[in-house]
Amino acid sequence: MTDIAPTPTGATLLVDDDYVAPRGIWSATIRFLRRQPVGTVGIVIVAVFGLCGLFADVIAPYNPTANDFSAMTEAPSWAHWLGTDQLGRDILSRILFGARTAYIVGVTSAVVGGFSGLVLGVGSAYFGGRTDLVLQRILDIVMSFPLIIMALAVVSVFPNGFKMSIFGIAISTGSVSAVIFAITIPLIPRCARVVRSSALAVREVPYVDAARALGYGHMRIILAHMVPNVVAPFLIMLTSFVGQAILAEAALSYLGLGVQEPVAAWGLMLQGGAEEYASTAPWIAVFPGLAIMLTVFGINLFGDALRDVLDPKMRER
Amino acid sequence: MHRYIVSRFLLVIPTLIGAALLVYTLMRLIPGDICMIRLGGGGNSFSEQALAACHAELGLDSPFGLTLKNMPHLWLLQPETYWPVLRAILGFLEYLWRLARGDFGMSMWSGKPVIQEIATRFPVSLEVAVMATLIAISIAIPLGTISALKQNTWIDMLVRTISIAGIATPSFWLGIMSILLVLDVTQAISGHPWMPSIDYVPLWKDPIRNLSIVMLPAITVGYRYAAVSMRMTRSAMLEVLREDYIRTARAKGLLEKIIINRHALKNALLPVVTVIGIEFAFLIGGLVVTEQVFNLNGIGRLMVLSVQNQDYTLTQALVLLVVTIAVLTNLAVDLFYAWLDPRIRLS
Repeated sequence: MTDIAPTPTGATLLVDDDYVAPRGIWSATIRFLRRQPVGTVGIVIVAVFGLCGLFADVIAPYNPTANDFSAMTEAPSWAHWLGTDQLGRDILSRILFGARTAYIVGVTSAVVGGFSGLVLGVGSAYFGGRTDLVLQRILDIVMSFPLIIMALAVVSVFPNGFKMSIFGIAISTGSVSAVIFAITIPLIPRCARVVRSSALAVREVPYVDAARALGYGHMRIILAHMVPNVVAPFLIMLTSFVGQAILAEAALSYLGLGVQEPVAAWGLMLQGGAEEYASTAPWIAVFPGLAIMLTVFGINLFGDALRDVLDPKMRER
Repeated sequence: MHRYIVSRFLLVIPTLIGAALLVYTLMRLIPGDICMIRLGGGGNSFSEQALAACHAELGLDSPFGLTLKNMPHLWLLQPETYWPVLRAILGFLEYLWRLARGDFGMSMWSGKPVIQEIATRFPVSLEVAVMATLIAISIAIPLGTISALKQNTWIDMLVRTISIAGIATPSFWLGIMSILLVLDVTQAISGHPWMPSIDYVPLWKDPIRNLSIVMLPAITVGYRYAAVSMRMTRSAMLEVLREDYIRTARAKGLLEKIIINRHALKNALLPVVTVIGIEFAFLIGGLVVTEQVFNLNGIGRLMVLSVQNQDYTLTQALVLLVVTIAVLTNLAVDLFYAWLDPRIRLS
């Protein structure tokens, strides 16, 4: 509701009763949760699966990699709530540990791919000219390149992830990192494209010219003046990237090119046994797929709500 | 406009050369040897001479053949590797020259011409992609429009839920579930489960058998495709419905049906066309998993096989085909967009 309120000087001001001045991250979060019930449902779904992954060691009833040949393809029961697979492994435990893999791959790929795309997109728009032309052509190549070939190459060359030595300390990243690398690469040009189109508009705004006239360096103009103005589309995209990365990981693992056994991963759970036992033990195929769908569904609900909040044009709708 | 079209066509060339270079290098970085796979298949033993003969036959004993993958990580810094690198560059240039003449070579695995290998499988993938597009358009545009017109009602909520679920569902899982459903339904109706044949028959030869093979994969892929397009239709319609010219049309007393069909939908479809085009471009190369689930012999499955078998010539040709389709479809969408919207054409 809008009122006309008197001021000490006697002038009147338009006062919006619903308006609450931003008071930090907590009040902004509570405001978001109150105003976006659908987005809140999304956050709850994402949080539930996230917590399941985080505390999988504590809450999983069985070891996710332990075979029990006396309990193969067992239907859901009190002993195994979601049944067992063809090797007698508890499906619920594998789904809980699979959540950890999905979140590690999803969040890492989205963050690394998103931030790399942000830097390239803003840089490309800021420098323009030949730099922009060359960068766009490289991004075109990577974007149209089939993910499967990229994944096959990365996973074949680095089947056990990356091994490096930093200050004499040997670091081995495991098979999941090769998948993250393969999924991250195609996300970079997609982010760069969207960010570039927003940054092109920002480049024409007078305050960027003013910053140049004041003699600010390229890095300062890009980081302090351009990046903050493309954060809204970037954040919206980042949430959708998490979902897309989880789906890509599942697809690659399903093809046998992603996460390798014995790591618990949702896509891997659908490989082999899921099709073979589809009619006799459908729970092997149904539950991991539902877990993927629900998680990505939650992420998308949250992303939509975030877009409604951050995009003024969408807020009117 | 003509200058724009010519410059866009010219930009396709460096993209294709870049893609060729990327696949040429990547394939040679993957560890393994097609001759070892060919000769050692089924646990057979083979002699050094047979291996050398196979390398010579496939041209793997010369430039860039098996040299790069056996090099240490910092191979560029070692002087003794300059000569193989130079030979590798010459090998790539030779490959480009053959491509420019339309010579894609022979498949290293089957020995058949690459063109023939692709030509026998391409119709399957193309048909699934075209059918998925038709399914997506026929679902997305009406539902997206209704959702926008009934904004914030239960219909809108339902359509939005269907579209978000479509984006969230892995297509291969939907494929497995649809196979399961068909098996259960046919079991319940006829007493024994039925599955479509996996031998592809062209549509004009046996339409019923063809549709029984292609329909399920097309629906599986089409659902996700429809979900993306549905969201774009809804969003674009909402934007257009708030434009001044729609208010003017309403003020003039025009029928709502005419306002929606002639004024709103026509303008709202511009971004939808872009989304449909871009999705189609990626669909040809993105059918890998769906073809795997439904045992379809399309180019997606061929791509997986060719990489697993280390068939360089076939993989290179397939990647170039997928990239060419993606780049040309993007170009066609941009030109179509410019043709549809005079504002873009004039600018």
